[in-house]
Amino acid sequence: MKSVSLLLALGLGAAVIAAASCGGNPPPQTPTPAIDTAAENQRVRDSIAAAEAERARQAQAEAERIAAQRRADSLAALARAGEEVRTTLAAMIHFDLDKSNIRADDMGVLDQKVAILQANPELKIRIGGHCDERGSDEYNLALGNRRAQSAKQYLVSHGIDASRIETQSWGEERPLVDGHDENAWSQNRRDEFEVTSGGDNIRRP
Amino acid sequence: MTRRTVGRSEGRTVIVTAFLVSLLSFGPTVRQSDCQDTSAIDRGVRIGIIYRPGVRPGLVMLPRTGMGLDSIRTIVARDLDYSDRFEVITLPGGDSIRLATPSAAPRGTGTRRSGSGTTATGGAQSRTLNYPLYQALGADFALDITAAGDTTVATLHDIAAAGIRRTVRVKLPRPGDPDFRQAVHRLADQAVQAALGTPGIAATRILFVKDGKVYQIDQDGADQKLVSSTDRQAMSPAWGADGRHFAYMEFQAGKGWLYLQEMATGKRTAVSTTGSALDFTPAFSPDGQTLAFSRATEEGTDLYTINVKNNCCLRRLTVGRFSDNLSPTFSPDGQRIAFVSTRPGLPQIYVMAADGTDQQLFAPFDYGVTGSSNAPEWSPDGQSVAFHRDVAGTLQVFVLDVRTRTVRQLTSVGRNEDPTWAPDSRHLAFVSDRSGYRQLWIIDLDTGRIRPLLQQSGARLPAWSPRLTEAPSTTP
Repeated sequence: MKSVSLLLALGLGAAVIAAASCGGNPPPQTPTPAIDTAAENQRVRDSIAAAEAERARQAQAEAERIAAQRRADSLAALARAGEEVRTTLAAMIHFDLDKSNIRADDMGVLDQKVAILQANPELKIRIGGHCDERGSDEYNLALGNRRAQSAKQYLVSHGIDASRIETQSWGEERPLVDGHDENAWSQNRRDEFEVTSGGDNIRRP
Repeated sequence: MTRRTVGRSEGRTVIVTAFLVSLLSFGPTVRQSDCQDTSAIDRGVRIGIIYRPGVRPGLVMLPRTGMGLDSIRTIVARDLDYSDRFEVITLPGGDSIRLATPSAAPRGTGTRRSGSGTTATGGAQSRTLNYPLYQALGADFALDITAAGDTTVATLHDIAAAGIRRTVRVKLPRPGDPDFRQAVHRLADQAVQAALGTPGIAATRILFVKDGKVYQIDQDGADQKLVSSTDRQAMSPAWGADGRHFAYMEFQAGKGWLYLQEMATGKRTAVSTTGSALDFTPAFSPDGQTLAFSRATEEGTDLYTINVKNNCCLRRLTVGRFSDNLSPTFSPDGQRIAFVSTRPGLPQIYVMAADGTDQQLFAPFDYGVTGSSNAPEWSPDGQSVAFHRDVAGTLQVFVLDVRTRTVRQLTSVGRNEDPTWAPDSRHLAFVSDRSGYRQLWIIDLDTGRIRPLLQQSGARLPAWSPRLTEAPSTTP
C-alpha cells in the first residue's frame, strides 16, 4: 500500500516535471511547404508588373498633359501678346488742368501706339478727349476736342495716316472716376483710345 | 390775432400790427382822413420806425374762401411774390376780420369811389373796398379773385385812386388739367401788367439738363416734366424766340447732333448738316430763322450759322485755327452775337456782328489775372450780358453792362454758373452748389433776392423761356 502511494507520488511528480519541461522547450517550426513559396513569388512579380504598367500609364498621361499644356501655353502666349498690344494701344494719356498739350511723360505711351499702328496697317482707332468737372460744361467740349486732336496730331506727325484716326470729345460728361478731388480730376483729364476696326489679329510691333 | 400778420418788411409788419390794434379799438368809427394820414398810426402804439413804401408797391390779396379758388389764389399770390415787384401783404385772420366787406362802402368814401374805378369797369363790376383802410395798411393795389359761374374774375383795385384798375375774366381749365397752372400764371401776369404796365414772368418755363436728359419746369418750381425723347445724352437746350420749340445737342455715334423739338408735340428733327462733327451750344436768332452753334473739328472749335427755316446756307463765322470760339448768343435785335473765344489764351467774352465781322473783346479782363469767362447770354432787353467767370478756383456769375462795358459780380457764395435771363431781364436762373449740391436758383438783380428753383441735385445748363403766350380768351 505504501509502495503504490510512492509510485503514484513519483508518477505524479514525473508527470509534473514532464509537463514543466514541455512548456519550457517548444518544438521547432516545421518548414514552409514548397507550393506556398511559388505563389508568393508570382504575387510579387504580378505586383511589380502592375506598378510598371501604372507608371507607364502615368507617364503617358503626364506626357499628354504636358503636350496639352504646351499647346495651351502657346495659345495663351499668343493671346497674351495680342492682349498686351491691345492694352498698350488703349493706354490713356493725361493732361494738366485746362491744357491740351501732350505731357513729356506721355510721349512714350504715344510712341508705343505709333509702333503698333505701323505693325498693323489695317488698324483704325478713335481718340476720345475728356475733361474734369471743374471747367465750364460747354467749354469742356471744346477743350476735350483739343485734347483728342493733340494726340491725333502727335500720331500723324510720327507717320500714321490721319484717315486711320477718328476723334471725339466728351467734355466732362463721362468721368472715369467719381470724386471731387485732385486725384479724381487728374484721372479724368484724359484721352481714351479704342480700336474701331482691324483689331481681330493684332500683331506685336 | 395780429401776430399772424406776415409782412415782407419787418417795418411794415410792425405798422400793420400797430394799426390793426388801433383799428380794432376804434372799430367802425375810424374815419377816412384818419386812415390816409399816417399820423393816425401814431395814435396807436408808437413805433420808432416809420415804414416807407420805397420802390416796391404794396399789394394785398383779398381773402376769399371756398369756390375752388384756393389753389388759384395760392398760385397767383406766389407768382406775384416771385415777380419781386410787389410787397405782398398777407392779411391776418382772413374773413374773420372783415376787411373787405362791401357793406363798408357807404362809410363816407363816396366822392373818391366814383372816380377812375367806375369808368374803368363800366360801372357794372364795381366792387367797393374800404380803400383808405388798405392804404393805411401800405397797399397800393388789392387783387380780388372771385368766380362767376365757370368764369374766374380777377379784379385789380388801385388803392390810391380808390377804384378798380382792371377786371380780367377768364375761363380757366380745371385744376389738374395740364394747362391749368400755365393759365393761372397768365392771369397773374395780366395782374402785373395791369398794375405796373410791365408784363410779369409767371407764365414762363425753364429747360434744364439732369442725368443727360432735358427737363422743363415752371418758374415757380411746379410741373417738372421730361422732354427728352431718347436715351442719348443731351446738353445745352436753347429756346426758340416764340417759346414753341427749342434746340439742343445730343451725343450720337461719337458726334454732337443738333435737334429742334416742338414743345407741344415732342416732335423732333435733326438740323440739316449736323452729324458730321461735334456740333454744340445752339442759339436761335430772335427772328427764329437762324441757328448759331459751335462746331469742333480738327481745326478747333468755331462758330457757324445755318438757316433753320429753309435748312440751308451753312455759314462759318469764325476761323480760330489756334483758338476756340463757342457759346454764341444773339443780341435781341439780331444784329450782334456775343460768344466765347480762347484767343487771349483763356476763354473770354467777345462780340461780333451777326455776319462774323468786327470781332472784338466784349467783357474786359486783366490779362494774367482774370480767370476764364464762359457761358454768355444776352439779356432780352439788350442791355446786359450775363456770364460766369473763374474767381479763385470757382465760378461766379457776372453781368456785363453792354453800353459801358463794365462788369459786376453778382454771386460770391459757392460755385455759381450758367446764368440764363428771364424775359423781364431782371431775373436770372443759374446753377449753384450753395446749398451743398448743384441745383437751380433764381436771383432778382434789383432786390438781390435769391430763391431755389429745385430741391434736386444734378440740374444744370438752364434755359429760361420767353413769355409763353397761349393766350386764353379774356375779356378786359
